Amino acid sequence: MAYSDKVVDHYQNPRNVGAFGTSGEVKERSDVGVGIVGAPECGDVMQLQIKVDDDGVIEDAKFKCFGCGSAIASSSLATEWIKGKSVDDALKIRNTEIVEELALPPVKIHCSVLAEDSIRTAIADYKKKNGIEDHDHDHDHDHDHHHHDHSHDHAH
Amino acid sequence: MNRPIYMDNAATTRTDPRVVEAMLPYFTEIYGNPGSRNHAYGWESEGAVDKAREQAASLIGAGPKEIVWTSGATESNNLAIKGTAQMYAKAPAGSTGRGHIISCIIEHKAVLDPCKRLEREGFDVTWLQPGPDGIITAEMVREAMRDDTILVTIMWANNEIGTINEIPEIGAVCREKGVVFHTDATQWVGKMPTDVQADNVDLLSWSGHKIYGPKGVGALYVRRRRPRVRLQAQMDGGGHERGMRSGTLNVPGIVGFGAACELCDREMEAERDRLLALRRKLEVELSARMDVVEVNGHAERRLPNLTNISFGFVEGESLMMGIKDIACSSGSACTSASLEPSYVLKGLGLGDELAHSSLRLSLGRFSTEEEVDQAIEGITTAVLHLRKLSPLYDLHNEGIDITTIEWQSH
Repeated sequence: MAYSDKVVDHYQNPRNVGAFGTSGEVKERSDVGVGIVGAPECGDVMQLQIKVDDDGVIEDAKFKCFGCGSAIASSSLATEWIKGKSVDDALKIRNTEIVEELALPPVKIHCSVLAEDSIRTAIADYKKKNGIEDHDHDHDHDHDHHHHDHSHDHAH
Repeated sequence: MNRPIYMDNAATTRTDPRVVEAMLPYFTEIYGNPGSRNHAYGWESEGAVDKAREQAASLIGAGPKEIVWTSGATESNNLAIKGTAQMYAKAPAGSTGRGHIISCIIEHKAVLDPCKRLEREGFDVTWLQPGPDGIITAEMVREAMRDDTILVTIMWANNEIGTINEIPEIGAVCREKGVVFHTDATQWVGKMPTDVQADNVDLLSWSGHKIYGPKGVGALYVRRRRPRVRLQAQMDGGGHERGMRSGTLNVPGIVGFGAACELCDREMEAERDRLLALRRKLEVELSARMDVVEVNGHAERRLPNLTNISFGFVEGESLMMGIKDIACSSGSACTSASLEPSYVLKGLGLGDELAHSSLRLSLGRFSTEEEVDQAIEGITTAVLHLRKLSPLYDLHNEGIDITTIEWQSH
């Protein structure tokens, strides 16, 4: 499998690797949202943690990823893109943009879908912890479904 | 760019330059057809083939008339398995109950698929399941025996994990029951001492290119005495190889095969000790440098040159990406689209332990200690890099069993 230079770069020099604490610790922090998506038996698990300031801006993001080079690159790229964005702007990131940026081949599209899912899940976790209503979700629904179809192709 | 270190000798080996040397005259100078009985060109080629037959037979304790030349171990296995089944069938084609065959689930595809074809054609096959150590025992074979068993086919050593089955003992069970015993010895012969008499083998397949010979040539040992094994030919034609395998002989290939066998015979002991020391170094060093490292298969009953190692919490494709400077095989247990899970590792029950990936590293005559040292460094660096990224490794270190987590499956 040939990887694009950008995937290789993210694989070799992943950005923002880490976590804001153990799984137990981050659960207790209301300024941190956690998204864990995927499953070991599918060969991909992505963990995204976002640290959100009082203005609703993602001031920091950390990821960990068990998965192929494209999965690592997708989640690494996601952290780069969401840092400094408001949570609402971060929700506008589409998996197709990740596919384009990393030149992912069709068999690796599910990696970008997972990365988008991890952003949504982390933000949803943050909002839930802070009692913010998740009203943003619906207007992207059509788009969202389209992406999820891809991921269903890889159902196990 | 430097080529990667070659650690895939179970896939194929470099042809020994001494073998190539022996083969060369048989392309341009001694090019007669050994089937030509009327002139010197034919006779000299026939002489070369006879010499190779002696060399091949001597490596496994057989007689030269018991060697049938083929195109490789796949053909040898097909001829042995289908040829025996058709010859010893208890009912005609088109009916059921044609006879019972015993094999096992971790055989090479070149044994699995002929057996599956026979299954479709009215034979019954019992698929033995090895224990977690990967070994097929004589007891397992004995328990599977039936009155209508006509063939047992069990590999000598497994190509993915290198485990060594109880071949002499299985052979003894077959002898006692009067059942033909075939073994795919592709990974075994040439590396370990083989004696078809003492080891009770009736049919034995092996291949040139796994023993530093050329590709495209193989052999099947077919027992001629006590008992004489008869086979239905799978290739019809001029009646070569005593009617068992028609087709003009691949003289340069056969000469190379013979030369490769002789070199293995001569250098086996020293090579075995050297490779075993290197293999142990790989296993010991990798296990010492990292935690959650498993050497797959039985601890002792394994080939000297091959190891299959699992690294926990690391995904297979990303590991292969990290060790681009090592040419080896991945037996990844689970992955996204491009890598298939290994049915051999699954067969050992490893399919249940989801989040790991495995490498098959197979050493050979041309492997050096420096290469082994570089491989240890390269693999360690890649695994540690990926573990720094692995959320599963964190969970493991927090004392959480990842199999107890309810994952959001897609």
